[in-house]
Amino acid sequence: MFESVFSGSRNYWLWILFLLAVISAGVASYAHQFDYGLGATGMGRDISWGLYIAQFTFLVGVAASAVMLVLPYYLHDYKAFGKIVILGEWLAVASVSMCLLFVMADMGKPSRVLNILLHPTPGSILFWDVIVLNGYLVLNLIGGWVVLEAEKARVPPPGWIKPLIYLSIPWAVSIHTVTAFLYAGLPGRHLWLTAILAPRFLASAFAAGPSLLILLSFLLKRVAGFDAGREAISKLTTIVVYAGLVNFFFVGMEFFTAYYSGIPGHQHSLHYLFFGLDGKGALVPFMWISLVLGLGGVIALLFPGNRTNDRVLQLSCLALFISLWLDKGIGLVIGGFIPSPLEHVTEYQATGTEITITLGIFATGALILTLLFKMALAVKQRTN
Amino acid sequence: MIDKARRKLIARLGAAILFGLGSAPALDALLGRAVRASTPKGPGNGGIRRGMVINLAKCTEGCTKCLEACHTEHNVPAFDNPKDEIKWIWKDGYHNVFPGQAHALAPQSIQGRDIPTLCNHCENPPCVRVCPTKATFKRPDGIVAMDFHRCIGCRFCMAGCPYGSRSFNWRDPRPFIKTVNKHYPTREKGVVEKCSFCASRVDRGLGPACVEACVSGALVFGNLNDPSSEIRRVMADNLTMQRKPELGTNPSVYYIFQGGDV
Repeated sequence: MFESVFSGSRNYWLWILFLLAVISAGVASYAHQFDYGLGATGMGRDISWGLYIAQFTFLVGVAASAVMLVLPYYLHDYKAFGKIVILGEWLAVASVSMCLLFVMADMGKPSRVLNILLHPTPGSILFWDVIVLNGYLVLNLIGGWVVLEAEKARVPPPGWIKPLIYLSIPWAVSIHTVTAFLYAGLPGRHLWLTAILAPRFLASAFAAGPSLLILLSFLLKRVAGFDAGREAISKLTTIVVYAGLVNFFFVGMEFFTAYYSGIPGHQHSLHYLFFGLDGKGALVPFMWISLVLGLGGVIALLFPGNRTNDRVLQLSCLALFISLWLDKGIGLVIGGFIPSPLEHVTEYQATGTEITITLGIFATGALILTLLFKMALAVKQRTN
Repeated sequence: MIDKARRKLIARLGAAILFGLGSAPALDALLGRAVRASTPKGPGNGGIRRGMVINLAKCTEGCTKCLEACHTEHNVPAFDNPKDEIKWIWKDGYHNVFPGQAHALAPQSIQGRDIPTLCNHCENPPCVRVCPTKATFKRPDGIVAMDFHRCIGCRFCMAGCPYGSRSFNWRDPRPFIKTVNKHYPTREKGVVEKCSFCASRVDRGLGPACVEACVSGALVFGNLNDPSSEIRRVMADNLTMQRKPELGTNPSVYYIFQGGDV
């Protein structure tokens, strides 16, 4: 099955070469960071997590969103997702792989990372995050691979795979819940200390992930002649709209609690993000762009005519995806550190090294996704 | 018929919930951890619990003797860039050390002054709770200590500490140590560090370096569980404050804003 990744068009190979070039640049930057220390990034004493952990958090959501295909298809026998459920599972595999790379890139002592397993500490949420993320990676890899293998052989998938696929459904919820708990259980970080952080994470994930899947489906139609099917896209759009609405509802609730209660600590980070604090507001434009793009995307998709117009649908999904990335992949993690526990406003500026490493990890994810999609389409297009 | 069954079920559920509520104290007793709304936090049960009182009535404005003694003792590097900074004990403003408690009508002598701040060696430390490798841990005597060799540098403890008391080695600290104290290890890049309450000195029967260096007697170190200790006498004579008490961490570092007889 894997052999199909070794044959492709000229454009396929150019794309692979491009990704390898970006990955090489990332590796070179990582070598510098490894040598110099994490001081090569924009992180510091006050903002001790930055771009890496923010990307990790966002991508856990993208990974979890595979459940939005797996659940309707396997649990409700919703046939329209039959062609693309594998795309969701492979997207999860690529996303979790990126998550693990981002965590590794963020480690001060990567050589000691096995200490997490050598000295297991169930009281630490990070311990559980390592368990659930690796478990989710394995579940999706096995589930996707075995079902695809069976499809290639034109036989029904083996019975033993069903329980694993069913297990992946609550497991998907668990990865984003546990990831939210990394933040939501910390005293004194008011932006994160909210009971709706996990639900908010899930809502934004179920909007961002399916948005990306819709965009990927259109892309595959253009570059590989693969048609996901009208009904599947339409159902995904419905999921995107509902999840997007719930997400913005949750964001509004955060604002209400912080501003109506009038508790300064609860307002500070939100205020920094959206209005600036102590005259500093580097993230203010990004947060407003996020809000405008996100609300614009969701509102556009409320109109049935827009949902069937490919161009508008693509633009809306892109806007929503960028919006949620800005919100979670930038604002949420960095904003949580501002102001510092001693109420100093230190701002964060990612360095070139950090951005190159980040792009390198994204390219690695794109490479994994490309190879897995290539494999899946080779099977799908031969059996059709 | 179905309605009747349903009604019965609802009634049973209600009874179960009532029973559950009624038995909450029983459950607490069973778990040995009754939670009360307004009981003051005590020093802990028996044994030793190291603590410190910082008497601001005696602490000299502008004096940095304790800071220097600590940072020399523990080979703390001096970086120019605040981003890379490592601090075990330092001074910050009243409104920064006591956010939420500080107010604008406090005495002028307090408003503008610098206040020493360090790790609180909390009774219930969030940093220990979140550490995935037990690299930071609480000793039986209450000191929250670090194993620099086990730390993986994930910095979860830095996000977890509500007092900003933890520093990370963003780069190799060794070239930035002014004079190396051979009796205490230097660190590598990539690990977290913080005030150790001078655990290694305490174990040798000495007091913390900062307390020893303080000529005005503003820093008092001792066993919070021993009613006859100096620290307890000072605390009995003066009203003391902890930082961010609402978070339930129960810091072992207490502050006196005015001497009892001032």
